[in-house]
Amino acid sequence: MLGYIWGGMIIVSFVCSLYTGKMEELSSAVLNGAGKAVELLISLLGIMALWSGLMKIADKGGITSILAKLFSPILRLLFPDYKKDSPALNAICANMAANLLGLGNAATPFGIAAMREMQKENKNPKKANKSMAMFVVLNTASIQLIPTTIAAMRSASGSNDPFDIIVAVWVVSVLSLIAGIAAAKIFELPSERLPSHLD
Amino acid sequence: METVGIYVVPVSIILIIIFGIVKRVPLFEAFTSGAKEGISSTFAIAPSLIALITAVEMLRASGFFELLSSMLAPITDALGFPSEILPIALMRPVSGSGSFALLNDIFTNYSPDSFIGKVASVIAGSTETTFYAVAVYYGAVGIKKTGCTIPAALISDFAGVVLAPLSVRLFAP
Repeated sequence: MLGYIWGGMIIVSFVCSLYTGKMEELSSAVLNGAGKAVELLISLLGIMALWSGLMKIADKGGITSILAKLFSPILRLLFPDYKKDSPALNAICANMAANLLGLGNAATPFGIAAMREMQKENKNPKKANKSMAMFVVLNTASIQLIPTTIAAMRSASGSNDPFDIIVAVWVVSVLSLIAGIAAAKIFELPSERLPSHLD
Repeated sequence: METVGIYVVPVSIILIIIFGIVKRVPLFEAFTSGAKEGISSTFAIAPSLIALITAVEMLRASGFFELLSSMLAPITDALGFPSEILPIALMRPVSGSGSFALLNDIFTNYSPDSFIGKVASVIAGSTETTFYAVAVYYGAVGIKKTGCTIPAALISDFAGVVLAPLSVRLFAP
């Protein structure tokens, strides 16, 4: 999918340049674009390394399992099909904790473990059940406590206060997460709850 | 509100260090191994970032963004939504590197501290790459019928995009 978008962007820019007569600008953009990407990477490298190093300290101290325990009561409400301390719920909690800390590399293995546990009890192994849908929706919403990459990019572009958007980010994250959870709950109604009312 | 931002970095660092000392983590070894991972994962996105930033630069140079903005201005103005944000709002669920490329473009053209720069930051920071997460997690268990997952996730993304300008006005003026 991304391949088509990327190809589309390049074709559209060429067609658009024919229309606007900005072919010269387009040609220099090709030459500058790649260099700009490298500049951005270099300017992000320091802060990304620093933050990953700090998070490794927290991770080695066991912060993920501490947070996972804290989340367990809340997440049980969203996944009523799984008992406390079931392998599926434990993996879901660990995934959420790692996401909150921005430990993307750690979150994915926990998330895949959670999906495998949920798949074991899935009635139709080819079709997503409501718990899986809820879990993936939670993972498509960002619940990261500190938006490090965005702040690093703001700082690299000369922001006076890279973190001044943090409260706005938290508010939007939580509200869009609630919207996603509500949508997942509403969508599961006709297919899985109605039949039980009928019989 | 301005006080929250300046405390985030020092307070988190102090908390992490204290936590590490209490839990007897070998601080320096843990830090350097984590930093090494951070460097390699930053370099890992280099190829896709080069591809996408070049494409975004080309679109910018061609005048496409101005055309799109002026075409959609009647709709977005009526909603109180800055039309300059539209490309990043559409790219965010599809590609992480693509939205970083667009964010960087907005920062160079409008400055990160402008209203548009802040709204773009909030959109990029408060949503995830939806289609990537769907592909990774359902792919891991071989499920192709994802049911209501994508509609629900896109509703969540849409809520984020609509709420971002409002949230910036209220919490990051």
